[in-house]
Amino acid sequence: MSGILILEQTLNGLQFGLMLFLLAAGLTLVFGIMDMINLAHGSLYMVGAFLAATVAERTGSFVAAVAVAIVGTAIVGMALEMTVLRRLYARDHLAQVLATFALILIANEAVRLIWGPQVPLNTPPALSGPVQLLPGLAYSSYRLVIIAVGLAVAALLYFAVTRTKIGMLVRAGASNREMAIAMGVNIKRLFTIVFGFGAGLCAVAGAMLGPILAVQVGMGESILILAFVVIVIGGIGSIRGALVGAILVGVVDTMGRAFLPALLREFLPPQFASALGPALASILIYVLMAAILFWKPQGLFPARG
Amino acid sequence: MRRTLLFATLAAAIAFPLIAAPLGWEFYIGFASRVMIYALAASSLNLILGYGGMLSFGHAAFVGAGAYVVGILMAEGVASAWVSWPLAILVAGLLAAAVGAISLRTRGVYFIMITLAFAQMVYYIVVGMKAYGGEEGLNLATRSSVGFGLNLKDDATFYYVVLALLVAGLYGLQRAANARFGRVIEAIRENETRMEAIGFPTYRYKLACFAIGGAVAGLAGALLANQNSYVNPNLLFWTQSGSLMIMVILGGVGTLYGGLLGAIALLVLEEVFSAYTIHWQLGVGVILLAIVLFAPQGLAGLLARRRDG
Repeated sequence: MSGILILEQTLNGLQFGLMLFLLAAGLTLVFGIMDMINLAHGSLYMVGAFLAATVAERTGSFVAAVAVAIVGTAIVGMALEMTVLRRLYARDHLAQVLATFALILIANEAVRLIWGPQVPLNTPPALSGPVQLLPGLAYSSYRLVIIAVGLAVAALLYFAVTRTKIGMLVRAGASNREMAIAMGVNIKRLFTIVFGFGAGLCAVAGAMLGPILAVQVGMGESILILAFVVIVIGGIGSIRGALVGAILVGVVDTMGRAFLPALLREFLPPQFASALGPALASILIYVLMAAILFWKPQGLFPARG
Repeated sequence: MRRTLLFATLAAAIAFPLIAAPLGWEFYIGFASRVMIYALAASSLNLILGYGGMLSFGHAAFVGAGAYVVGILMAEGVASAWVSWPLAILVAGLLAAAVGAISLRTRGVYFIMITLAFAQMVYYIVVGMKAYGGEEGLNLATRSSVGFGLNLKDDATFYYVVLALLVAGLYGLQRAANARFGRVIEAIRENETRMEAIGFPTYRYKLACFAIGGAVAGLAGALLANQNSYVNPNLLFWTQSGSLMIMVILGGVGTLYGGLLGAIALLVLEEVFSAYTIHWQLGVGVILLAIVLFAPQGLAGLLARRRDG
């Protein structure tokens, strides 16, 4: 029984972690290559989710919804990069924080104007039931699909970064931007592409998580911080670090919420345990991040040598 | 010239409730108090961020800690400002010292992120305090009592207390900035390696600066709890830290009146836009963006340029 429960929660953690990875992958490249803090990354995730919800409602096809969301959000992302963000690369972190914070306000209100505060996005009917994974373990088929999609995108990303020309340029930019420019890389165009790609990944995460979490204005703000935690743990600019960090954060967070309160009850009086458990579970990943930064200030997989 | 302007502003601030009350502008007395409280909080962040060059993204935690100290003491029956406000300062200052002691080992972006992480921890701890309202927050039965026949429930009295504390805070900031302490802090911001080589204990100076900023933020939090008669976890959410940071950047990083100007600018902007439309965030966002792109030195820089030109 307990083993089954642990397995189920591990799968939940993996599912959440892989979606975090989709957000973190774009963020870590932006951060790593351009040394740019983009708080508005969560807004692209929100835009992706709203686009997906609209298309799903109009066409009834979840696949079409995800596809349109990816393309649409990538276009929004590239437009954003070319009009606003590009002017911020040379500025200090403070200016970047202020400008992208302003973008969050603008994006939230624009979405509210277009769609209203919240739209429904349901699990596709074919995936609404559970599947029998093991005797005694029935697991949501939709969450399994999320895991599959997450793994597929991670594999695709790994291939793109390690085996393609663009990926090579991205790695060159992340480890030493000046040198990459000196060697003739068109970093400007490269970055617009990277940004559009990152926005598309945001849309995948937004569309896939939409039916599980709510599609609402402000959905990007809380998950953005988790994505930042992921890339700081993994090492800024490192895709591999983002993957390890995301799964670590996803599993630790999910497991903490599921088991920590029960675990505390073993050692503490019940009234303490029930008060302390949820709070402790919520801060677990931040403790993890602070500990990792304390011992490895550059994160687990530093991109810059 | 500068002095005249300063005294004129102060005189106007003192006269404001006397004029506003008969005209029935009670709302604006409360609003002005709120602006001044945020000015104090933003100025404390400006000490850390502007003078010290430490990009702390978790300042709301210290404001929130101060607010919750007042809220919790009130719930436990301690209403005296002479107990709860100093305790709010102490708790926020100690919290800042603890956060700073660990965070200051990191640099640059990592410092931003680790301060953010600590602030989120405090946020979730507050959310988890079910005995004190948890996610719902905590209503304060009354405002703190100060004695001397002063009643803080009267908005004008509260306004004067806030004004006095803000003036004291800004005076302290100015004295600190011009003292040896401030010079060392600014020198560390410019070149830490050199300061270390000369023999200054840079880590300890930075930590002291961080803790002082946190303590003043705790005072602002205590005032804010009184102003709203309500504390809730949203006071500590990271977007609040973002707002404080925006006030500092807007007003002018590392300038004496940066926090004040920024708080006035942002809150007035919000107030004006929200009077016209429920989508006021859109207008505020566009203006903020325009300021970053076209006025890189903030409002103080804009004013300084006007004077020079």
